[in-house]
Amino acid sequence: MAVAVVFLPLLAAVIAGFFGRVIGDRGTQLVTCGALLLSAVLGILLFRDILTSEGPRVIPLASWIIAGGVDVTWSLRLDTLSGVMILVVTIVSSMVHVYSIGYMAEDPSIPRFMAYLSLFTFAMLSLVTANDFVQLFFGWEGVGLMSYLLIGFWYDRPSANAAAIKAFVVNRVGDFGFALGIFAVFAIFGALDFGTVFGKAPSVVGAKMEFLSWQVDKLPLACILLFIGAMGKSAQIPLHTWLPDAMEGPTPVSALIHAATMVTAGVFMVARLSPLFEYAPTALAVVGVVGATTAIFAASIGMAQNDIKRVIAWSTCSQLGYMFAAAAVSAYAAAIFHLFSHAFFKGLLFLCSGSVIHAIGGEQDMRRMGGLWGKLPWTYATMWVGALSLSGIPLFSGYYSKDTILEATWAAGTAVGRYGWCLGTLAALMTAFYISRLMFLTFHGEPRADAETMHHAHERWVMLVPLLVLATGATVFGFIGFDFFVGADRASFWKNSILILPQYNSLAKVEEIPLLVRYLPLIFGLLGIAIAYVFYIVDRTIPVRLASQLRALYLFLLNRWYFDELYDWLFVRPAMFVGDGLWKSGDGAVIDGLGPDGVAAVTRDLARQASRLQTGYLYHYAFAMMIGLVALVTWYLVPR
Amino acid sequence: MLIGLVHYLTVAAILFTLGIFGIFLNRKNVIIMLMSIELMLLAVSINFVAFSVFLGDLIGQAFAMFVLTVAAAEAAIGLAILVVYFRDRGTIAVEEINMMKG
Repeated sequence: MAVAVVFLPLLAAVIAGFFGRVIGDRGTQLVTCGALLLSAVLGILLFRDILTSEGPRVIPLASWIIAGGVDVTWSLRLDTLSGVMILVVTIVSSMVHVYSIGYMAEDPSIPRFMAYLSLFTFAMLSLVTANDFVQLFFGWEGVGLMSYLLIGFWYDRPSANAAAIKAFVVNRVGDFGFALGIFAVFAIFGALDFGTVFGKAPSVVGAKMEFLSWQVDKLPLACILLFIGAMGKSAQIPLHTWLPDAMEGPTPVSALIHAATMVTAGVFMVARLSPLFEYAPTALAVVGVVGATTAIFAASIGMAQNDIKRVIAWSTCSQLGYMFAAAAVSAYAAAIFHLFSHAFFKGLLFLCSGSVIHAIGGEQDMRRMGGLWGKLPWTYATMWVGALSLSGIPLFSGYYSKDTILEATWAAGTAVGRYGWCLGTLAALMTAFYISRLMFLTFHGEPRADAETMHHAHERWVMLVPLLVLATGATVFGFIGFDFFVGADRASFWKNSILILPQYNSLAKVEEIPLLVRYLPLIFGLLGIAIAYVFYIVDRTIPVRLASQLRALYLFLLNRWYFDELYDWLFVRPAMFVGDGLWKSGDGAVIDGLGPDGVAAVTRDLARQASRLQTGYLYHYAFAMMIGLVALVTWYLVPR
Repeated sequence: MLIGLVHYLTVAAILFTLGIFGIFLNRKNVIIMLMSIELMLLAVSINFVAFSVFLGDLIGQAFAMFVLTVAAAEAAIGLAILVVYFRDRGTIAVEEINMMKG
């Protein structure tokens, strides 16, 4: 069954990819959606199965690499953690597949799109079921590749190509760290499968190894290197720049890859490697600082963006920061809980925004929307569900997961935890503000699109079904899952898939935190919505006046803290300069000049000289013959 | 004065040199060039005959006969080519015949 869950999407991708022309658009849609829905159903059954069985179950599939000390097998590791991830991936992915039928209906290359989506799902599933670092890396790169292909899906747009390349390159930076981390793990433990590595982890605490000629602690080094990979994949500062640009891809892609699943791979990885991170508090501190900083940084930028998808993209970035902040205080369970509810409500928000964009003919700028709620009632209602869930309003799942994270960060009592709580709570205010701003700008007020567009605005049922499913998830999941994931039943739920050392167990201490700490995020959330209401419904001149008064701050946020400009100045320009120099003087002048071009020029020159000997006059040839004859005769006649 | 081998060879050498210079210095007419070649062949033939007589070996004279025959054939072919060339190009001036110029 587990094999079917993982490989059905691959099968669908192969069929849709190679035989898409044969079976047609409708055929590929049916095959991929059918396979994914089946996979989702099997995933739910598999999850029930996992919950009742004890300990991690490993299903070996095939031997992959056997070389010296390296022994890597393809296998599926089934425990609660991978079960939860399978659940997230298959459910959201199948919903996105169904949604894509409607969203991509007018696109000329539907088979390619569906094949990419299914192949992505396969890569993601092989990532979450990995039982060793190499397979984890395989899935990691697989999702990265599919992300690249799907961002650049509309390859005739230069901006999409640029965004795809940017995503790929920035992820390479992270993956370089990840690969180094895997090397470090192998150097330390001499093995790459999780069971062996996790078993040996306590024994290497405090041991040192040489890295770049420094003596450093082995375990934190490996963990930080691995976390650099997570930073790239999960768009954490300073490797976040690719995520907003990734919105160039089709909206279902943004929902599936850049909100619900792929970007959360980093969080999953930290949770999966909790038996390593638990013994490396330094690495966890790094995780916490990066996560909390990203949470507030991205939220602050989200407040000033005007593109509906980019607001949600920055929100994703920020929410991933929350998850890392939770992981940093050993509340991996809370991180995964938030990952799960985030997959629902963020996937929902993206699909809703896609519905809006689709309805009004591809417009993404919120300043040209407004007043759409009457035209798109279902989208409007479900999007509010997502928005309230994201803002952390009670009864919606975001409330449970986000508040658990903030409570855990406070309860941990460490400096990093407090840092995470302060920034996270402040970011909660911003979050509620920007998502309400998005809602008010998009659906309320006067319609700012032209009458023609407004007249054509419509919803499609095939896109509404996934919205309703995800909205249901975003509403009830937190309430249902709370006890299992982070509440009273968490020990029996997670069993041994996540390791938390007793002295770091912050989730156990959440009952002891002060009331104000507990309710401040909620108060801030409500406050954020209220401020957005005042700004964008009551008096629309306030934000304009505010932006002109705090012009520097506004531009700072609008331009995303000038990170892109900084990188441009710091990396891109020098690289271009060096590349230009190497190209023109290095390759062009030296290698080509002395190599092929030079040899050719010399040959041509010699040939021209030689051809001048051929005068064409008979007497010159005769003369040459005569000279030759005389020379030969002389040669034989001269006595030696 | 007794006419010896050296006299024959001297005449032959003079004829040969005349032929060479006829080829090199002639810039006008290809027929003169052909004539110069004939001259050189004759010089060689005189050498053959002279040596044949003075060495008492008839093969040299037989060889001279062959040279004459070949020279006649060569002259015929050369003139034929020349005629065709003139038809084609309208000139047989040596200065103009330089199609192999590089």
